[in-house]
Amino acid sequence: MTVHTVGSRRVVRAACAAAQETGLHVGMALAQAQALVPNLHVVEAAPDEDEASLRELTRWAIGYSPVVAADPPDGLWIDIAGVAHLFGSEEELLADLTSRLTRQGIVARAAVADAPGAAWAVARYGAAGVVPTGRTVDAVATLSIRGLRIAADKLTALHKLGIERVGQLAAMPRAPLVRRFGRDVALRLDQALGHAFEPITPLIPKETPTASRAFAEPIGRLEDLKSVLLRLAKDLCRQLERRGEGVRRLDLLFQRVDQKSVCLRVGTAKANRDAAHLAKLFDERLQSIDPGFGIEEIVLIASKVEPLAETQTQVRDLGEEGASEADMGQLVDRLGARIGMRKVYRLAPVQSLVPERMARRIPALAPPTGSVWPENLPRPTRLLDPPEPVVATALLPDHPPRFFVWRKVRHNVAKADGPERITSEWWNGDKGLAARDYYRVETEQGGRFWIFRDAPTAEGGRWWMHGFFS
Amino acid sequence: MNPGQQYRLADLRLQIARLNGGSHKTKPLAFGLRALDEHLPGGGLARGALHEIIEAGLASEFAGSTTLFTAGIAARLKGPVLWCLSRRDLFAPGLLHAGLHPDRVIYAEAEREREILPLIEEGLREKGLAAVVGEVTRMSLIASRRLQLAAEATGVTALVIRRWWTLAEKDLVHLPTAAVTRWRIEPAPSELMPAPGLGRERWQVELLRCRGAEPRTWILEACDAKGRLALPADLADRSDQAADQRAAAS
Repeated sequence: MTVHTVGSRRVVRAACAAAQETGLHVGMALAQAQALVPNLHVVEAAPDEDEASLRELTRWAIGYSPVVAADPPDGLWIDIAGVAHLFGSEEELLADLTSRLTRQGIVARAAVADAPGAAWAVARYGAAGVVPTGRTVDAVATLSIRGLRIAADKLTALHKLGIERVGQLAAMPRAPLVRRFGRDVALRLDQALGHAFEPITPLIPKETPTASRAFAEPIGRLEDLKSVLLRLAKDLCRQLERRGEGVRRLDLLFQRVDQKSVCLRVGTAKANRDAAHLAKLFDERLQSIDPGFGIEEIVLIASKVEPLAETQTQVRDLGEEGASEADMGQLVDRLGARIGMRKVYRLAPVQSLVPERMARRIPALAPPTGSVWPENLPRPTRLLDPPEPVVATALLPDHPPRFFVWRKVRHNVAKADGPERITSEWWNGDKGLAARDYYRVETEQGGRFWIFRDAPTAEGGRWWMHGFFS
Repeated sequence: MNPGQQYRLADLRLQIARLNGGSHKTKPLAFGLRALDEHLPGGGLARGALHEIIEAGLASEFAGSTTLFTAGIAARLKGPVLWCLSRRDLFAPGLLHAGLHPDRVIYAEAEREREILPLIEEGLREKGLAAVVGEVTRMSLIASRRLQLAAEATGVTALVIRRWWTLAEKDLVHLPTAAVTRWRIEPAPSELMPAPGLGRERWQVELLRCRGAEPRTWILEACDAKGRLALPADLADRSDQAADQRAAAS
């Protein structure tokens, strides 16, 4: 718990979760708190340090989006428009963010909403999580009016009137509301409901290489944007060349005439300094930019850079392999810009015989592993995950089945091979002693299937369909 | 036909090839089977072209044989392979059995079906790749023409596995496309073994459509560890295997 001095009183400024459980809350007098909990651990608040660490955290959050701003004393804005798909979805981004924060020992609540104000309210006073597009009003209406970021004296006044929920406030006639509580309350209400725009001033760390261009006349045509982008990329690459660095992540910010900013982000699989290539990464998504009444300024930020030495990229007559490797990097970048870097990968063998665990994803440009799966084990080309139950009949226990019924179709087995026993791997966290007996069976029509029994027949093993050879 | 006419004909053929084939002059990829290679124009599967592969038979929605067939072709080409998919049912250890080393394959996983075609095109524009494999349900004539042009421009071979999950989608697979060849692979009963066990898989490989060649059917043995197909020993001696097959089919 930290305390600070307000006037002549010593007041609780922040309390940890354990302290809050004992009944302490922010704004309580220290004497009262100490009376409630005798051996209370009290630390003098250090607002400057708090702010500094919040700034640090903001800088860290640039990993999620180029538009990130600190919201003192305890908040963080991240504009995830146009970047959520890199993480899969908004939900996945949120889960990733909170789990990383938790691992750092930071208790955080996060929300995604259409408007910054709504996200602010939902994260603090709502259920957190993702508010679906267009459902902002529903999500915010039931929340406490404390979620509106309005001054304490006005809050008390509203409480006196019996207004507790945002919905109640929103239902009030607008003119008397403004007259009585001032324009401020109405603005905050609109911001929370997503009716009023709220700009976020992005934090751009000083040392990042940037290239920007402001226009006397706002521009908006796609061709113009493309040519400006290429010029900016060339600018940026010149800077990077002097520093001996290459881009790993690139942010493009558009400042519109109406002060709204739009941003795009792309990543590269390895450090790159090729202006044409970098500009091309934005190509696909440039079309999604709505220029509105025009764009006043375009900023290109290399938000993540890595050392990149000069290399010889072309060898006359020979050295085809080196060239193709460099090309793969560009291909992976372009694919990654479309579907997200995580969705472009290679599969590397894992020392395991459990089929579901035989491969792991590695980055597409990771150095070749050189290892392969054991080649003498026949494996299907398609795996059914999870396995589907089949009804099978074998002539003798531990023999391959004579026929089996899968998806309501009966298949007569003509030939079979097996069993191949695959036991559970306790060192990988498998529970129990389940052993699977795999059979390769060929039906009378020639289709080949991979089916297994999860225990010996005597122990009531059931049959499962797991894969397809052909 | 007199020599003059023959010369004229050859010249015209060359012109047509130049119009169709773009600028690249790579040799087609031979299957290493005389029966197939002699039938296909140029003596093999054209590189820098779009090829479609369809699965038939039981459990055809899982495309087990086509996957192996495609992997076999990709394995025999030289260089990295891009595999675009949207379902996660591919089992990489199985591809190794057609000779496709895991280090050579880059996977691109799209969230939706319709995102796959752009990924394939993106891959085809990359000269360093050997082949781009895509698992696609819907491919319109226009989309396929685009892919074919992209493949022609760079010489990267496009192999499209047509997948389907409902009966309505299965019919879509048979709509015309601009692909150079269309194959249908159906599992066939394998050779009877003297002892219990399984021999090499057999497929009925049908060339449904091919620019510059007649449709034809073969019974072949599945890809071995190097990705090569083979003629079954008990059928190879027959004088005109394919003719029999076609007679039986019609």
